[in-house]
Amino acid sequence: MSYAVETRDLTRVFAGKRKHWWRKPKPNEEESGGPVTALDGVSLQIREGELFGLLGPNGAGKTTLIKILATLLLPTSGKAFVAGNDVTKDPFPIRQRINMVSGGETSGYGLLTTRENIWMFSQFYGVPSKVSKARIDELMHAFGLWDKRDAKVRLISSGQRQKMNMIRGFVTEPDILFLDEPTLGLDVNAARTIREYVMNWVRGQSGKTVLLTTHYMAEADEMCDRIAIIDKGKILACDTPENLKRMIHTQTTFRLEVDPLQDTSTFQRMNGVVNFSLRDDASKNRTELTFILENEAPVAEILSAITAQGAKVHALRKTEPTLEDVFISMVGRGFE
Amino acid sequence: MTEAVSRRSDLRFRIGLNLRSIVGRAYPRVIGANREPSWIFFEAVLPLLSIAAYVFIYRAIALNQVAANPADAPRILANMNALVASVVLGGAMVAFWLNVLWSMASQLYWEKEIGNLQLYMMAPMNRMALLGGMAVGGMFMTSVRAISTLVAGVVVFGVVFQVANPLMLVAVFFVTLVALYGLGMFFASLYLLWGREAWNLSALMEEPIFFSSGFYFPLGGLYQSGGWGSAVAVLGSIIPAGLGLDALRQLTLGETAFGGKFWVLSAPVELELLVVLAAGFLILARYALAYLETLAKREGKLTSRHQ
Repeated sequence: MSYAVETRDLTRVFAGKRKHWWRKPKPNEEESGGPVTALDGVSLQIREGELFGLLGPNGAGKTTLIKILATLLLPTSGKAFVAGNDVTKDPFPIRQRINMVSGGETSGYGLLTTRENIWMFSQFYGVPSKVSKARIDELMHAFGLWDKRDAKVRLISSGQRQKMNMIRGFVTEPDILFLDEPTLGLDVNAARTIREYVMNWVRGQSGKTVLLTTHYMAEADEMCDRIAIIDKGKILACDTPENLKRMIHTQTTFRLEVDPLQDTSTFQRMNGVVNFSLRDDASKNRTELTFILENEAPVAEILSAITAQGAKVHALRKTEPTLEDVFISMVGRGFE
Repeated sequence: MTEAVSRRSDLRFRIGLNLRSIVGRAYPRVIGANREPSWIFFEAVLPLLSIAAYVFIYRAIALNQVAANPADAPRILANMNALVASVVLGGAMVAFWLNVLWSMASQLYWEKEIGNLQLYMMAPMNRMALLGGMAVGGMFMTSVRAISTLVAGVVVFGVVFQVANPLMLVAVFFVTLVALYGLGMFFASLYLLWGREAWNLSALMEEPIFFSSGFYFPLGGLYQSGGWGSAVAVLGSIIPAGLGLDALRQLTLGETAFGGKFWVLSAPVELELLVVLAAGFLILARYALAYLETLAKREGKLTSRHQ
């Protein structure tokens, strides 16, 4: 089996803030400034031609993993291979075959036009100028950016800028593309354009691989062949979206919208509650509760516990399991 | 174990890749900067004001000397022309020093802030091609500005240059630029390591270097002043602009200007020293950048913003 990306027991620890003898630590600084384990024994295999998703909340270690694979960061221990090459020992052949696009990127130069910026980055990969310009034109049409081809980068919107960044990623025709939250903060249309292009790019030709990190469940569900769920630097599960959801298929998911609650500790102790998460909606002054239950029996007890606190139940629905429910079932909290 | 797959890595490909990278990185400087016409005011007209201040002082002194000793007027006026020409030449070279400080030395730090640096570090090009592109673009852009200042200086102040050895002049100018931008390439990595303090360092290195490198007067005068003056001039000569300017002045004013007394060394010797400085700074830049990249990858603190 040929893997585009393979990691073995990959660990990355950030040293934290340096201590200086002349400076007294501020209160709580000792705890916040210590070493941070961003990746903890991550082992993954991503096949060639796969659209692989890395799903996890902020701070889960997704970007750290991508930076190691993109040869920007060294692992503390373990091994990582991209296109069969060791990221620590042989970065040159890796760099020829990869590219990376991050959400909210502000790269490039505001004085240059979108076309000039993309062309400039293509030169760092040795793409002949003529070939690069032809590809840029084609990609600008595909991403709906043709009208802005001669606009200076400082004058375009953030959505257009992100499309430009995506074109920068594709113009070098990488074999492996790392997309780090590529639709972060984009409007629905821009996000859809990007998602569709990425899916067609992987599925329309052989040997192209995408590693996508996201914390948007629906995006991962829609796009990815396989998904690894990551939290606190550890891979919790790795499978197809269908199989991941099937993991909790025997369980039942209920969502409730209630008044803000004083005490939620009783829920975890109830028989039949696998896990639950809560999210406050300040705009409505309500709390959204998601319960993963072994069966429907605990529902009555949950409702009693809520009404006993004087809170009102505004909505109750039983839903099909989503990837977020899988995550809640595993770690006992949602993504936000 | 997955089979390792590589694209082209032969020498011809690598040379092409790095040449393209130099052109690509030089492009924003060559094209982009000239899209802001305000540079004509800030970088061609404003420097004339600094030059004018020195020119008026030198002229006033010379005219006083002529009034006191009319018989010696031809020699005094010739010296005055040489001084004014020295100032105009120095004023033109100021553009290069400022470009090295603010657009070379500070550049990698700035690239990190806007998020470009990690994209550069991820690309397969040689890192020296990145710095080389910045330098080539900077040299081209600043040459246009320096020539504008020089032409304006010649027209406004009526300076006369006498070039006896144009080949040598071109060689000295070119090697001075390579040495200056080599220093800028070396500083670029250091500034990135030092972070925000680097900006203060750039500000600190403006006026003192103008003085110790003799931007507005012949450096030989400072060398011969003895005591601290000589020490400052020797230290200032580490910045290639000092020796480069001295050689350029000799080659454009003639070795006999100022009675031949105010030169540091002969122009050929200065050229040799400049070649050594250029090679030295380029080698230092190469190793500083390699060190920086290793540190960045180990600590994860240098290529990403906010880290």
